[in-house]
Parts: sequence; C-alpha cells; structure tokens
Amino acid sequence: MNFEFSEEQLMLREQARGFLSQHCPPTLVRKVFDSEQDYDAALWQSIAEMGWTATAIPEAYGGLGLGYYELAIIAEELGRAVAPVPFSSSVYLATEALLAFGSEAQKERWLPSLATGECIATLAHAENAGQTTAKSLRTSFSDTSLNGIKKPVADGTTADIAIVTAAAGDGSVTLCLVELNQDKVSRSAIQTLDFSRGHAMLEFDNAAAEALGEGTVAWSSFEALLDRAAVLMAWEQLGLADKALEQACEYAQQRYAFGRAIGSFQAIKHKLAGMYVKNALARSNAYHGAWALSSNSDTLPLAAATARVASIQASLNAAQENIQTHGGMGFTWEFDCQFYYRRAKLLSLAIGSERHWQDRLVTALEQQKPEAA
Amino acid sequence: MDFNDTPEEAIFRSQAAAWMAENHLTANDKQGLNRLEVAKLWQKRKYDGGWACIGWDEKYGGRGASAIERVIWDQEENKYDVPSRFFVIGQGMIAPTIMAWSTQEYCDQFLPKLASGEEIWCQLFSEPASGSDLAALRTKAEKDGDEWVINGQKIWTSGAHYSDYGMIVTRTDPTVAKHKGLTAFLVDMKAAGVETKPIKQLTGDADFNEVYFTDVRIPDSYRLGEVGQGWQVALTTLMNERLAIGGGGAGADVPLAIKIAQTVSINDRPAIEDSAVRAKIANFHVQEAGLKYNGYRALSALSRGDLPGPENSIGKLVGAPKLQDIASFCMDLLEEHGALWGDDLEFMAGAAQRSYMGAPGLRIAGGTDEIMTNIIAERVLGLPQDPRADKGIPFNEVPTGN
Repeated sequence: MNFEFSEEQLMLREQARGFLSQHCPPTLVRKVFDSEQDYDAALWQSIAEMGWTATAIPEAYGGLGLGYYELAIIAEELGRAVAPVPFSSSVYLATEALLAFGSEAQKERWLPSLATGECIATLAHAENAGQTTAKSLRTSFSDTSLNGIKKPVADGTTADIAIVTAAAGDGSVTLCLVELNQDKVSRSAIQTLDFSRGHAMLEFDNAAAEALGEGTVAWSSFEALLDRAAVLMAWEQLGLADKALEQACEYAQQRYAFGRAIGSFQAIKHKLAGMYVKNALARSNAYHGAWALSSNSDTLPLAAATARVASIQASLNAAQENIQTHGGMGFTWEFDCQFYYRRAKLLSLAIGSERHWQDRLVTALEQQKPEAA
Repeated sequence: MDFNDTPEEAIFRSQAAAWMAENHLTANDKQGLNRLEVAKLWQKRKYDGGWACIGWDEKYGGRGASAIERVIWDQEENKYDVPSRFFVIGQGMIAPTIMAWSTQEYCDQFLPKLASGEEIWCQLFSEPASGSDLAALRTKAEKDGDEWVINGQKIWTSGAHYSDYGMIVTRTDPTVAKHKGLTAFLVDMKAAGVETKPIKQLTGDADFNEVYFTDVRIPDSYRLGEVGQGWQVALTTLMNERLAIGGGGAGADVPLAIKIAQTVSINDRPAIEDSAVRAKIANFHVQEAGLKYNGYRALSALSRGDLPGPENSIGKLVGAPKLQDIASFCMDLLEEHGALWGDDLEFMAGAAQRSYMGAPGLRIAGGTDEIMTNIIAERVLGLPQDPRADKGIPFNEVPTGN
C-alpha cells in the first residue's frame, strides 16, 4: 500500500502549477470573462504544447501514454487556476469516449489531433431542464443522420467534433460522432453563469454522423464513461476548493477589525477550518478515485461517486465561504472570489448534479458485498 | 499510488490472517471472564505469539513492523471480535512518550509489560479547572531530596481504577508563565496517597475517574524530560493520541444505516428508495471513506518517516460528530421503535443507541471539537491565535473564575 503520488508525479504537479501561475493568472481569466471570447486560444495552445491534452492517450495514437494519475494532477491545477479552456470537455469526456467506445478507424482518425489539441471535442448530452436519462433522450440517430437539440453543450461553440448521445431504445444509447462544422448543424452561443467558459445550443437537422464503435452501448456503459470523467472532474473541483480556501486564509490574515486580524476570531477561523476539513476529505476520496480509475478497479463506480460528491460539496462550500470571509469586497465584480463561486457551481452541474451522484453512490454501496464495505 | 498490497505486504497479511485464524479467542476461552480479563488474556496471547505492539522494537516485545504492516495487522485482527480499549492509552500514547523522554532502564522495565498486557497505564492530564486549557493545571509537585511530593486532583482519567501506572503532568513552578512551569512524571497508581473515584457517565457506565493525590512520593528518576519541560512531554503524548484514537471505531456506521434502510419502510416503500435517505447515506459515506483514506495517507507519510502532524486532528473532529449524526439517523429510520432501549432489539437499534449516547463523550474526550478546530486553524492553516489573557503572566497571577 502506498497512498501518495510518485516523485515524478509530484514534480509534474509543481511544473503544472508554475506553468499556470505564469500563463493563467487571474488577470487572464478576467480577460476572457469580460470579453466575448469562449476560451483563451493561446493558453489552450500552450497547454497542448505541454502535452497535457495527450496525457492519457496511448502512444500508438500520438499520445504520451501516461496514466490517470498524471491527468488527475493536471486537472487539479487547471481547477486551481479556473483555466478558461475546453479541457474537461475535450479530454475527460470526448477523448475518453473515443478510447472506450471508438472503432480502430475512429481512434486513428481523431485521437492524434485530440492529442495535439488541434482538434477540440466535447460531449453533448443534456437536452431539457432536469435529468437526462436513456428514456428522456429525444435526440435520434438512424443510419448516418442525427436529429435533435442539445442544450447546453459545454465548449459547444469552439469544439470541432461532438460525441452526441441519442436514444437507441431498450434503455441503450448511441454515441454519435459528429463534425460540427457542417451545414446540418447549427450552433448558437448560450450564456451560462460562468463567463470564462463557452456554452452552446446545438441543433442537428439530419446532420451527418457516425456511431462510435459497434453502434449502441448499454446505458450502464455510458455511466461508466461518466464515472471516469467524474474522478477527473473531482480533481478539478478539488483544486478550485483548495485555492478558494487559500485565498480566504490570506484575506483573513490581512484584514483587520476590532484591532485584530479577522482570522484570529473563532467565528472566522472555525469557518476556515471547516473548509479545510471538507477539502481534506474530498482530497482523500479523490486519491482513492484516481487509484480506482488508474487500476480499472471494480470499485470505480463507488470510488468515483464518492470523490465526485465530496468534491462538489467541498468546492461549493469553499467558494461561497471565501466570499463570506471577504465581506463586502467579496461581493464586488472587481474581486476574483466570483470566479471560484461561478466555476464551482458550473462544474457541480456538469455530468450530473450532487443528487445524481449521491444516488449513484448509494446504488454502488447496495451492490457491494457486505464484507467489502 | 497503490491501494493494493505489495507482494511482501500480501505475505505479511497472510501470516497475520493465518495466526488470527489459529489463535483468536473462542467463546470457550472467554467463558466466565469479565471484559478486562478477556482483554488481558488476548493481549498475553498476542504477546506470546509475537503479535503485540508489532511496531515496537523486538526487545520490548514488538517485531519492528512498519506503519503499513501495523495497518494490515489491525485490519486482520479486527476481522474478529477482539477487545483492545484497555491498552490503547498505555500502548498508543504513553509508551511512545516513555521511549522519547525516559531512560533506557525504564524502557526495559515498563515496555514489555505494557506489550504483554500485564500492566495497564493511564494518562493523568485533565483537572477540574484545566480541560481544554490543559496547561492551566494546578496539581503540585515539590522536590524533597531525591523525591517529589505530589498533591492535587486529576479528572476524566480513563481506566485509572484498573491501572497499575500513570503518566502525570504537574506544576513545579507557579511563578513562571503557565506552559513553562510544568513537569511530567511516571507514577505508581498503587502508591500510598493515590485515591481513585469512578465517575458515572450519562451512559450509565463508569470508564473514567477522579484521581486524588495526597502527599504521593515518587522518585526523581520517574521524571520525564527536564524540570519545566512538561508541556513538550505532554505534546508527545497528545500527538500520538491523534493516531491512537483517530477516526473510525465501532458503532453506528454506513453499513448499519443501509441495513436498516433496506428493512424498514417509508410511505410503504423500502426506506432505501427514498431520495432523502439516499442523500444522507451518501454524505455519511463521503465522510467515512474520506476518513479511511485520510488515515491511509497519514500512514503513508508515517512510513516515509514524517511525524504525525496536526492535520491528523480531523479524524476525531469528523468521526465523533459523524457517529452522533448517523446514530440519530438510524434511530429516525426506526421511527418510534428508535426510542426502544436494549441490546437484543431487531435491526440492531441497540448499536445505534449506544453510539448516540456515547458520541457526546467522544466529541469532548481527547480535545473537544472546538479545540480540534482551533488546532487545524492555527497549526495547519497558520491563522493567528486568539488573544490570550494569561499570556506571559506568571501562573499564580493569572485571573481565575470560581
């Protein structure tokens, strides 16, 4: 048993943190925030040049063939930096979908350009308000054409391709690969609460598409894909949560009231300690999630749901209490506290809400053998 | 990172499992013995088999096992119903203090008997006027030739009534600031002038005591560290306390909650199908699993040679309120039957109730939730201390209440 990253992995973290503090300072986030841009193209390009988009793609497809520990580390750093890039869509979701379900030809066609970052991809799943299930899906696919509306699609304005979920009957789903730059696809930008990430509504009107791999996949296989993404998303949320806590601690030491640093009042210090505790539990669960993902453990559904729920709770709490600790200044447009607050909520809604993952968690517990509990 | 056993660890685990299968206590072994006698019998059996205090040096009865091997052993041992709590304080907290601060002679004399369970130790820290503010303790030790004379009162001393020895922190100089005037000693609990009075808890049990010291004489050689160094010595013990009583523990837990939720109904459907029930159970699991893996991470740090740091405070800080909440939740699922008291109730209601009644004590013992939260805020996050009215003032001039 060893529950720590290797020396090399810890070095990667240090390198990634250094890189992002230089190339993705809060001023860059604010630049995207205040502009019409959906992401920062220069940052995306330098991230791709660092090889981050290629991390978990096998060397045979032009990737680095590293593992999910490395990807988890990068995810955490991107979360800390609130990076305005389509990384989660392209890497945790679309690349993973291709790796899991794509045919050999599809992998050879798309993975090399996903590895270099030249191609940006996303997963288009949500349709109407409320949970999207195999039953509720209205998007349909037959032969080679796709019809339906997906909304909101993260990074849908910038992506070159999308993996689109379509109803396949019998509780199955077809994962359709669609090139978005075609006449039969119309995309319109949608504003979300996080101005540093672009979202779109995608409308498919007999759009040319192909099914990933063999055609339909069982809903449980699609959920397994989300489990994998959930671990990486949890790391990104964790990075954000830790950064928000650090910011709150810093402010609590600098800001004086009643002649003392506000961080010396137990009302504040206990709040901050409470944030730390949630973050620490989320981190330990994220470690276990990374291990389960990396080792393809059959405990992945439980480990992923646990990591995801823990990170949702930690990041929302850290982001909101960071604002509270800052008092009135935290509520201003000028302060960066809002970045964490907005991104934390956005990430907590992507790939299923807290309630969804709590439910998945208990389902996994119910399926567990008693002695393994 | 690897949560699986390495080949060496797997071998160690199978050795541990094989020994447990061969040697665990049977109902026959326990026949007619009280809990303390059962615990002593089990400890002696482990000692004779080379499985007691396995992290210690062989010369003290251990086997020089690594931190990870200790975890593996604990896991294998706890697959059986084994008694342990009588020895936790002595073996987990005081033994490391003796190793760090006492003489080789006393290590040789006391540690093997601690490992074998022959002698039980208690920790004499808290006093009626010094709980969370431990360094405000008043029990006096005065030098008289080669001996010290101790007078005063300790309280909340777990196991004092069956202990052979104790570790005590005393005030040897009231004219200096409170942390500077303390000195720690070993003390013979059977010595003349030591009087122990059990305290009945709200659970009805009596696990801890008031202990009175009246002109108790102890040799200077029982001193731990230098005169005036008692606070540093006490910190060694308290550091190890975080590991010894950390997270986890028996009682109401997620598997119990699931078992009950699968059995009882809400609106004529199994309670486990209720989304509010599922959300609660999920949240409890997040805490339970988080603590478990947090513990594993702490052990990884230990096995790299790091000392247990203040971040380990979270085990108890999360674990104790979680126990209280989950016990209360289990009782809620039982509706009015949750109020029924007894051990042989269906759905293990008794287990939930024992946890519900015991949890308030856990939230106070070994550092209250509030003290643990302060430790995290100040020692982990680096936030400033509260202003202290007694800072830098000679102890005998510090304001006191009634």
